[in-house]
Order: sequence, then C-alpha cells, then structure tokens
Amino acid sequence: MEKQQITKEEALEKMRGELEGKRGERYWRTLDEVAQTDEFKLWFEDEFPNRKDLFQIDRRSLLKFAGASLALAGLAGCRGVFLPEEKLVPYVKAPEELVPGKSLFYASAITLAGYATGVLVEQSEGRPIKLEGNPDHPASLGALSSIGQAEVLNFYDPDRMQTVIQRVDPTAELGEISTWEEFSKAVTPQLEAHVATGGKGLALLFGAVTSPTQASLIEQFKKKYPAAKVYSYEPAGRASVNTAVAAVAGKPGVPVYDFSKAKVVVSLDGDFLNPVDNPGALAYARQFAKGRKVTGNHGEMNRLYAIEANCGLAGATADHRYMLKPSELYGAALALAAAVGLSVPGGTVSGSLKNDLEAIVQDLKSNMGQSIVVAGEHAAPEVHVAAFLINNALGNVGKTVKFVASPEASIGYGSLADLAADLDTGLVDILYISNSNPVFTAPADLKFGDKLAKAKLKVQLTAVEDETSAMCDWILPMAHSLESWSDVRAFDGTATVVQPLIAPLFDGRNEIESLSLMLGNSRAGYDLLRTYWQTQKLGGAKFEEGWRTAVHNGVVPNTAAATIAMTTLTPSLPSPTPLNSTYEASFVPDPAVFDGRFANNGWLQELPRPLTKVCWDNVVTLSPSDAQALNVKSDEMVRVTTAVGEVDGIAYVLPGQPKGSVTINLGYGRTKGGTLATVGLSNGGDQGGGFNAYKIRTSKNPAFTAITEIKDLNTEQHLASTQGHSPLGGNRIPDHRDILRAGTLEAFNKEGMEALILGHEFDKKEIEESNLFPEETFEWDGDQWGMAIDMNACTGCGACITACQAENNISVVGKEQVGKGREMHWLRLDRYYSGSDENPDVVWQPIACVHCEKAPCEPVCPVAATVHSHEGLNQMVYNRCVGTRYCSNNCPYKVRRFNYLNWTDNQEQFTKKVSPLNTRVIPGPIREPKAEGVQLLKLLNNPDVTVRGRGVMEKCTYCVQRINEARIESKKAGRRIADGDIVTACQQTCPSEAIVFGNIADPNSAVSKLRKDPRTYMLLAELQTRPRTTHMAKLRNPNPEIKSSNETTEAHH
Amino acid sequence: MADSRINDLLITGDQTYATIDHSVGRLVLDQKSHSIAWLKWLIGGVMGTGVLMVSLAWLIFQGTGTWGNNVPAAWGFDIVNFVWWIGIGHAGTLISAILLLLRQQWRNSINRFSEAMTIFAVMCAGIYPLLHTGRPWNDYWLFPYPNILGMWPQFRSPLLWDVFAVSTYFSVSLVFWFVGLIPDFATLRDKSTNRYAKLIFALLAMGWRGSNQHWHRYEQMYYLLAGISAPLVLSVHSIVSFDFAISIVPGWNVTVFPPYFVAGAVFAGFAMVLTWGIPLRKYYKLEHLITNRHLDWMAKITLATGLIVAYGYFLEVFYQWYSANPFEFKLLTNTRLDGMYAKFYWALIVCNVVAPQVFWIPKMRTNTWALIIVSTFVSVGMWLERFVIIPMSLTNNYLPSSDKPYYPSFWDFAMFAGTLGFFTMLMMLFIRFLPTINIFEVKDLLYKMKGQKEFVEGQAPVEVK
Repeated sequence: MEKQQITKEEALEKMRGELEGKRGERYWRTLDEVAQTDEFKLWFEDEFPNRKDLFQIDRRSLLKFAGASLALAGLAGCRGVFLPEEKLVPYVKAPEELVPGKSLFYASAITLAGYATGVLVEQSEGRPIKLEGNPDHPASLGALSSIGQAEVLNFYDPDRMQTVIQRVDPTAELGEISTWEEFSKAVTPQLEAHVATGGKGLALLFGAVTSPTQASLIEQFKKKYPAAKVYSYEPAGRASVNTAVAAVAGKPGVPVYDFSKAKVVVSLDGDFLNPVDNPGALAYARQFAKGRKVTGNHGEMNRLYAIEANCGLAGATADHRYMLKPSELYGAALALAAAVGLSVPGGTVSGSLKNDLEAIVQDLKSNMGQSIVVAGEHAAPEVHVAAFLINNALGNVGKTVKFVASPEASIGYGSLADLAADLDTGLVDILYISNSNPVFTAPADLKFGDKLAKAKLKVQLTAVEDETSAMCDWILPMAHSLESWSDVRAFDGTATVVQPLIAPLFDGRNEIESLSLMLGNSRAGYDLLRTYWQTQKLGGAKFEEGWRTAVHNGVVPNTAAATIAMTTLTPSLPSPTPLNSTYEASFVPDPAVFDGRFANNGWLQELPRPLTKVCWDNVVTLSPSDAQALNVKSDEMVRVTTAVGEVDGIAYVLPGQPKGSVTINLGYGRTKGGTLATVGLSNGGDQGGGFNAYKIRTSKNPAFTAITEIKDLNTEQHLASTQGHSPLGGNRIPDHRDILRAGTLEAFNKEGMEALILGHEFDKKEIEESNLFPEETFEWDGDQWGMAIDMNACTGCGACITACQAENNISVVGKEQVGKGREMHWLRLDRYYSGSDENPDVVWQPIACVHCEKAPCEPVCPVAATVHSHEGLNQMVYNRCVGTRYCSNNCPYKVRRFNYLNWTDNQEQFTKKVSPLNTRVIPGPIREPKAEGVQLLKLLNNPDVTVRGRGVMEKCTYCVQRINEARIESKKAGRRIADGDIVTACQQTCPSEAIVFGNIADPNSAVSKLRKDPRTYMLLAELQTRPRTTHMAKLRNPNPEIKSSNETTEAHH
Repeated sequence: MADSRINDLLITGDQTYATIDHSVGRLVLDQKSHSIAWLKWLIGGVMGTGVLMVSLAWLIFQGTGTWGNNVPAAWGFDIVNFVWWIGIGHAGTLISAILLLLRQQWRNSINRFSEAMTIFAVMCAGIYPLLHTGRPWNDYWLFPYPNILGMWPQFRSPLLWDVFAVSTYFSVSLVFWFVGLIPDFATLRDKSTNRYAKLIFALLAMGWRGSNQHWHRYEQMYYLLAGISAPLVLSVHSIVSFDFAISIVPGWNVTVFPPYFVAGAVFAGFAMVLTWGIPLRKYYKLEHLITNRHLDWMAKITLATGLIVAYGYFLEVFYQWYSANPFEFKLLTNTRLDGMYAKFYWALIVCNVVAPQVFWIPKMRTNTWALIIVSTFVSVGMWLERFVIIPMSLTNNYLPSSDKPYYPSFWDFAMFAGTLGFFTMLMMLFIRFLPTINIFEVKDLLYKMKGQKEFVEGQAPVEVK
C-alpha cells in the first residue's frame, strides 16, 4: 500500500537521480540496480500492467499459451478481419410477404426540380436497392432517366447529413452536433416572437414546390405569419414556360404535348427528349419513338426539325438540324411564326434555315393539327409564346398540345432576386431554406452569398452539407424520399403519394415534416399527408380505401391538372434585340449532375455525357470553326469573360456545336457538398470537378449571356472521355467498315436494307463458305436468349448505362481511371458522327456484350473462366478468373471490363493518386463512414449479383439473375418462360423502348420477330461470331423538298 | 581483299591447355582479377533488383492497375517485356544446341555465357506472365493438376501452351547448362587452392574424373539434351507468337508470325551476346578465345536474321494491304505507317532493318564499336517491334469507339528497369563465380586444331570432323 503512494512522476524523478552522473559500464550497472528498486517496479507495472509476469513465465507455459492464442487467432481472425462482424437478429414474426432473397416492389416517386417521376422501388430484405419506372405513372410509363436510376445512390450517400448541426461560431468550419429538439427549443421561441408582428422578418426559400401537402403547409404558415415572405428558386426550373402560359392563358401553366399524334415536330432549342430539360421527356421520348417505329420493309415516320443553339438529344435525333446562336432563337421563332401567317414583329433567320423555312412551314401546314412546335424549357418566355401561337395557328392546340394549370404551387412566390433585395435591405430576420443551395446556384449578379450574411438567423434543410450550409446557423438533415412520406406532382399535375421503403437511416426529416416543425406542431409526414388528402376527399367516402389504392398504385387518381384554354391570342411580343457579341454562352443543366445537386453521386459523375462523352467535368464546348478561330484545342484551359465575371474552363471542341455559341453545363465547380462533389478542389482538376458556370450567369437572362472574351490560357487539363478523345480518333466510322447501317426512310422504302449499308458488306455466302468448321454451329435447344437494339429508337439519353450500373453492382472508378480507359460500364453508348464537322449527323449505337454464339473470348482463356451456357449466354465465371485479360484483347466488340484495381472495397481512387510518387496525395476523407457498424454503400448492392473483386474480368450477363428468377417462377407455375417474363435492366428503363430481350428460339417472341426485320443486322458478322444481340439500322426522314441543305441530310455513302 | 583480322583463327596466339585453363579459370580462382568496375556493375544490378522487388511488391499489393494497361490495350509492357526477354534467350539455345549438332566449333568459346544469358533472360521473362495476371495467387490454375473440382485448364488457349513451352524451355536450358559445366567444375576443383572453393566445385563436379566412360556418358547426354533443345529454339517462340497469331485482333492474326518471331528472337539474342561478349573479352583479356572471327560470324548471323525479320515486316505490310481487309488496312495506316504511334514503327524499321545493313561492310563486322552500337540498336528495335505489335495493335479496334491510346505508367518502366538490373546482377555473379567460357571444349578445339596440322598462320581453320 505504501508503495502505491509514490506517484509515477516521483518514481521517475528518483530514477533520474540514480542515473545522474553515471557513465559507461557504471551507467548500465546502475540501470540494473534501478531495475531492482521498488520505484521502478511500480512504474513498470503501472505502464505495462502484468508485463512482469511475462518474464517469469516458464517455457512450457509459454508454448501452451502460444498454441492457444494461435488457435484463437484462427477463429478470431475470421471475424472482423476477413468476415464482417455481424449481429444477427432473426425475425420473431416474419413480416408478411417477406421471402428472403425475393425482392418486393413498392410504388413511390422521385423528384427532379420539383417534378415527379413515378417509380417502383425494388426492396430486398428491407433495403431499397433499385428504382424502376412505374408503368402507371404518366411521367414514367415504366422508364426512368439516368438521374432517376441514380437516385437510390443518393439515398446511400455516405456524405449525407446525419444529425442536426448548429453553428455556434460562424467562423468555425465545423458546427456542433445537435438534435431536432434542441433546434426546436432554440428556434421556436424566436419564431413565436414574430407572431406579434405578423411574421415580419420571416422568410422561407424553397425550390419548385409541387407537393400539395407542402403547399398547404406553406399556406398555413402564411396564415400564421401573414407578413412572412415565401420565395422559390430553381436554377434550372420552369419559370419561363409558366410565364409564357400566363401570357396566353391568363394564369400560369405548362404545355403538355402528345408526340404520338405529331407527324411533324419543330423544336426551337427544345430538348424534349432530354429528362433534364423537360420533366415530361420520358413520356415524350416514348411517344416520339412510337412515331418513328418502322417494322418490315416499308414504314412511315414522323419528321423532326431541330433548330438548336446547343447540342441536344433532339438535335442528334433530328431529320434536319439548324444551328443558331442563343440570342437568335427568338428571331427564328418569330420568322417561323410570320411564315405560318401570324402577324408578329419581324424576325430574322440566316443560312440554311432561311433557305429551308418555306419547306418547313409547308410541311407544318400540310400536317395541321398533327404537328408540334416545342420550345426549350430554358428559352425566354417570348420564345414559348411564339411557339404557342404557331401551334394555335396550326390547329395543334387541343390535339397535340394542351395547356394545363401549373403543377407548381411555387409560381406565385417571390424570386431569388426578391429575396436578395430583401436580405440586402435588412428585411429578413429569420431565413429558412428548404432543400435549396442558393449560395452556389444563385446567378452571379445577385451576389447572394454576401447578402445572405445579413439575415440574423439562417436555417437550412439539406441532404448534404453544401455551400449554403457553410453560412447557416442551423443545418437540418433532410430525409430522402425513400425513407419518408410526402407527395409530389408530375409534369401534367398527376399527384403521387411518396411512401418510404425503410426507416430513416439517420436523424432526418423531409421538407413537409421540417416545415411542420417551423409551424410549431412538428407532425409526422404520414399524418400530414393523410390530413391533407382527407381534405381533398381522396376515395370519396371511403378514404382508407382510396388512400390505400393511391399509395399502392403510385398515382392518385384524377389529379391531373385541369386543361386551361388559350385566351389571349394576340399577346404583345417584343421585337428581337440583337446581342452583338461574337460569342455567346448558353447555360444548360448538366445531363447528369443537373444544377449541381447530384454532384456527389458517383454513378452520375461517371456517366459519359451523351454528346461529349466526358465524365467528371463540365466543359466549354466550342464549334470546330470557333476553336480554329480562337486557336484552341480540346483539353486546353480557356478563360470565358462576361459582363458579370469570368470562369476558367476546359475547352472541348464539339462537332455540331453552333458557331458563336458556347454551351456550358451548370452544376460543376462545387466547393462544398460531399467528397465527390468537391473532388476537384484538392487535386487541381486531375479528379474532375469542373468549374462554376453560375459565376457568369445573370438573373436577368439565365439562359445565355454575351461573352466579352474567350482567352486561351495556354495550359492543359486532361478530360476523361470514354470515346473519341485521343489522337486515335474514334468518333467516325472509317470507310468500308460495315458497323453502322443508316439511311433515309425514302431510300429504305424503295431499296430495302441495301440502301442503308454504308460500308463494305461482306458477302454472306462467302462468309458461310469460308467457315472451316461448319459443324460447329451452336445448337439451338430449349430457350435461347437474344437481344435486339433498335438504333432508330435510341435517343442517346444514357439511362440504360446507369440502370445497368444499378442492377449489376458496377463500380465507379473516378476521373483518373476513366482517363486511363478503365471505366467499368458494361453497357456503353457509342456516338458516331457522319457528315461535316460543323453540323454532323449523329447515330447512337448502344452496345454491351453481344453474347456471340462462337465467342472469340472463350477459346483463349487458359482457365476456362468464360464459357457458354446451353441457352446461349456467354458466361463469365468470376471465381475462376485469373485475370490474364486475353479475352478482352480477343473481343472484337471490346465490351469486357477488367478490375484493374480494387474498385469495390475502397473508394480511394476518388481522392488519392494510385502512384505513391505523386506528392499531391491528400488523405482522403473517409468515404464510407460506418453507421452502427454497417457500411452504407454496401447496403446498396444487389444481392443477386456477385460483387467483383480486384483482378477479374466482367461484362454484360444479359441480367442472368433476372433470367434465373423468371426460370424459377416459371418452374413453380409449371410452364415455360413466357415472352416478356424477362426484362433486362437496360430494356426496362429505356424511354424509347429501343431494347428488346427474349427467347430467339421462340418464333413468336418479340425479339425473334425483330431479328427477322429487314433492318436487322449483326455487328461484325464477317468475323462469324454470330452475336446474339442484333442491331437495327437507323433511319432518317428528311423532307424531300429540302435538297439544298447538304449539311443536315443523310446519305454519306 | 578483306581485312586481315577476319582471318583470325578461333583461338589465337600460342596457346596451351595450361594457358586456356589459366585465362578462363583465373576469373573464378583469382578473385583479384576483377576490377572495381565489376563491383560497380554489380551494385547497379543489385539496385535494379531492388527496384524490381519494390515494383513487384507494389504490383501485388495494388493490382495490375499500377500499370498503364487498359481496355482495349489489356496487354502492354508486361507482354512486350515477356516476349523481349524470351527472345533474348534464344541465341544461347541456338548456339549451344543447334550449332553443336551442326558441329560448329566456333560455338565453343561463346556458348557458356550465352547459355547463362538464356537462363537469366527466361527468369526475367517468367516474372511477367506470372505476375501480370489480375490474381497471381491463382496462377497455378494454369497447370493441369488433379483437383476436386474436376477442372482442367483450357487446352485450346495459347496461354496454356505458353506455360508448357516456357517451363520446358527453362528446365531443359538449365539442365543443359549444368551438364555442360560439370567437366569445367572438375577442372576448377583441381586447380583451386582455396579449400572452400575446392569443396564447392567438388560437389558441383559430381565426382567427375575425366575417365573415358565419363566422357562417353557425357557426350551421349549432352547430345541428347542438344537434340531436345534444338526444336525448342523453334517451338518456344513459335508458341509465344501463337499468343497473338491465334487471336482475331487485327495486327496479330498473321500467319507469318511463328518463323518471323523465331528469327527475331535469334536476331535479338545474337545482338545481346555481342553486347555482353565484346566488353567481356576486352576487360578480361579473352581476345584470344573470343576472336574477331567469332565477332565476324556473329555479325553475319545478326545480318542474316535481320534480313529475315525485315522480310517479316515487309510481309506484314503486304498482307495488310493485299488482304483488302479494312480493319487490317486501317491498322497499317493508323498505327504503323502514320498516326500517333508511327514514330515507334519507323524507329523500329531504322533499328532492325537499316542499322544491321552496316554489317555488309566486312570491316564493320569486327569493329567492336560498330558491333556494340548496332547490337544496341537491334535490342531496342526488337523491343519496339513487340511494342508495335502488342499494345499498338490493341489500340486499334474493330469498332472505332473503342480506339483508345495506351500510355505506360511509372511502374511499367520501373519493372522493366528492374528486370534489366536483375539480369545484370545475375550476369555479374556468373562472371565471377562460374567459368565464363567453356574450358574443356576450347581445349578440345585446341587439340583438334593442333593435331590436324592445319594450324597454318593466316588461314581459316578447316572444319574438323
């Protein structure tokens, strides 16, 4: 006991005294002596408890312990090191309908800028793992866009807000962890204090609000605080078209088109096939593709004229494409209106459009009531008004075009400019920002960031901490739509009840729940929804039944917005004002990261953008002639200067980019918002990240702006592009190759397939005769799987790529690895140009493993890791693969993907250089924070698909897991697999139904019929690979009256 | 007419058995005969080996992604270097086996170190296919071993043939080399004064006493092994060429590949023998054993095989044009004659076709500087040839959308430099601890030359039967 009274410090002090002045041998002896002292023993025991015993242990015991610990290490080593430490909680009572290993589907909806797309959420053992379009939903019809497919990854985003954060010290980078209760305790009194003044000084900012429940809550808030102000801001929203409808119909609304009835479509920079441009794009793409479907030897097709200031999907699909600068669009719209016979201010057109205008109008006029003129969502209101007037003059309104009351409740709210002005004048005490990131997305001229600081209390509800959060006092975690109850409207007004699939992963609340808290009553979303829909008399007298049906179907019946009539047929239209600038910058939402909100989504970041094929960056697209004039090449940094600011971006010379127009995608250059969103900050662009286009966007004209200067900075920043971005080329098919078959409908109707062969077709007979092993043809016995891809239907949106990625657990590899040519997408969307570089024709060719009957990959594998199934699948046995990569070399389609590094388990490639020699290595933030021992991203994996490790080859399997599921079901039912039982992920999500899968041994199956279609051909048939995936030739339907415009028409034989 | 030096005999000067024993044996027995230069080269080699070890550790730790390989170019430096190293080894086997069977006495003084080069080169080569796989720990699946899965390797794959070809080649070469060393080990055992050296050489000599019976058995075995090795010279590189010729990749699927690869291998091998032989004979004063006549003949073989290789290049181009296959033709115009990789192709033509033409001039065939420079060109050229064939063909695809360039990474170069260092290290150790020149065969040659009375100054020796 006495010993222990000496503290460690004292003991050490004493020892130092002992050792003082001792040298050499004596020194060591003193150490020995010291070791014998009680003080030392005490210190020793203190520091390493029980260590002394180790010295005293005899040899026999030591061996005994060693043996035991080895044995234990064997056991313990498995858990926690090689195997995950897992806690099993068996169901005491299994939930109804839950069969382990079997997925369940629930109807719900996801939103983009407020507009809903109905989905069916695939849930496996309680985890939502994949989204598929809801066939009953008008905005989906079963399809989903890339963004829709990737929404489930947002749900598992490891960077999501997990708790309430309070920023006590505004200068600190990190706030304090807090709770909703704390927030309520702190903020509610402050809000209540405003009741007396009617809510003066309170401000709410939302994105586009289509949720009826949310709108009603906002109304309640306004009632409680009449002087409070409500604002709405959507960086890529539909304010313009709503204004335009208000101009012709007296109240805000949106046009809804029916492309299935349209024979002639004129697009005024209207990318109606692109889901980021138009919320109805999925439905429109399906209707449009139906109008282009040609079966057999003869057919009819609709005709699309695209007048574009950018490079859109509509332009790539168009039969005639005309280019102009963004500022010339209105003039072109007026010229078209005048040519149709309307009295409007004089517009001007130039070039080939001028020559062809008469023919276009003639075409429109001969299809009265069966045509559509569609303007781009971002275009100015007057362009839309002009388009509406033309549609009216052509008798389309009521037939192919109708106007419906705006699904957006937020149309009447204040704008972001109003909020900025109010903030500036100090009118805002408390600002509540709901799911909006104005500090990043606000146009440069508003200087919103500076003004936001003037609000006394700033609260933001957000999914991931972003640029705005950095300035807020309270940051609230927003629940994802897959884990909370809400509702939302589609582009035609149809409402959907959004139901959760899983209990909230974190302490999040969604927009309506959080708003309810601001109202002071803090009700659950489920309650709020039911209360609202009860007031709407859902289900008539039987609410419960109506509610259940609505939730089950994913559509609330009879909620489509009411049609409104065009009342003002002669609205005053301004005269076009020329911009007088050599170059104009056009701002469009990015096809993947949209306005920046999906910048932390790896699937979307790595989605090759349809036309540029660039991933992980946005670019400054220049037309080839402009690039020549400016002496700029792709990959060179340029400085784009406008009246409000300047940005440094990477140039990309894009064939087909209109001369004088520079398209810049919004959404890049994030400084906060998650690991992937900000990946460019610390790596100098090597990992992507792009640049912020909002810095040169103005609130007055968000669509485009004049450029004062484009300066070559003489530095390079390599882009990661998946096609044609190297000195080797790859954007065009060299002569004599029979890879693409495309031609005009007229020629096809006359001459059949012969007219569509662009290259040298190998003689079929010769191919057959040159076969040295005719007996080795693949025997068709039982079900034989095959796929048909109609290049005529494909719009190039890329949804199939993301769907495949979601279904098959495909890894994201990061910009650096994509740049090296190691992207892992099983399905790729080749984009080929033909014709002039200035305005080329584009053909899309989706291609994944074509499952050759005589696959070149199979005989070269030394370990038989890739083999053929009796049903014709070329199978990849991951477990057997050694990774010689010979199969990839010998694959003529180059559809095999190799795991060069461990993509699955670590996410280092996003933040770290692979080479240790690179000095710019930064310690990557932990990509996968562990929430209760579970790594978030692992929950996302499809349990039916093997997760591939490092060093194995992988490729398209024809979704073999879906085939097997259908086989099990058919066996249970005692029948054969019926046509349509198996729908591959890519086929399922395709808006234009370009992909058909099925049994080619069954002559009545859809795919068999397509294989016999005259447009069907086998890619690289001359190699005798006998691909199971066949492609169908692309057709265009140019106006026979238009012969002069050689730069748009097909026929480059 | 010709330079008189070419008329050097295979052994020059007034040599006796003792002088030959001494001039070769002293390199092993008298450690002072090595200069500081040897040490410097060894240190260089050891450092290179270190680089190799680090590269391999990093490769195994991280995966093949540390290299520049991608899709479409799934093979890059790994297979380029594999084929290059395997080719280097071929001269050794040709000299020791085929020239032996053809009774070419001039092989006697160069066969030993070229055989050593064969073995070391195959060791360097073997590293690549073993470790270029994504999961090298499963490489044993390539061997047909009995297992409970009932899985055999896929015998149709040329990679599997490679496994057999290269492993056979290595083991036969090693045995052949060792058997050839036994009489020399005995000589060294008898001559060495250091008791440890004596002990080691005694063990290695395996009781060799030089009896008639020993010699009889020896000759039988040696010729038997030569008989086995001789076809290997042709088969190994033919099979390596099948890795490419069997495939359907444009630029690979060429029927001329097997003979063209074999000729290329001998070509590269002789260049390497010259590169090492010339400094060796100079620094260790072995000019009387590796004479100008040797150099002359090796240069002639280099020229001859070089012409075969040039014919191969011509055929390749001709075939790509004549086949009228658009894919092959595109390859020719886009990656060979023109395009971003054309500089490598033309460099290859200069190195392998133009440079060896110097050897038409007799003087140049014995000019050591000319020999070293040309053989360096050939070594570089043969490397470029494999580079042109492997990744460059892969970057050009049937579907143009897949055309993507290949850029080697730092680790690609590090590993190649590492194998060069490893090779250098092994050669340095070999020079110091094993007889670099076949002592007894040279003595045998000397006996035959003297005994035949055709040892006339200034004349070529007559072939001895």
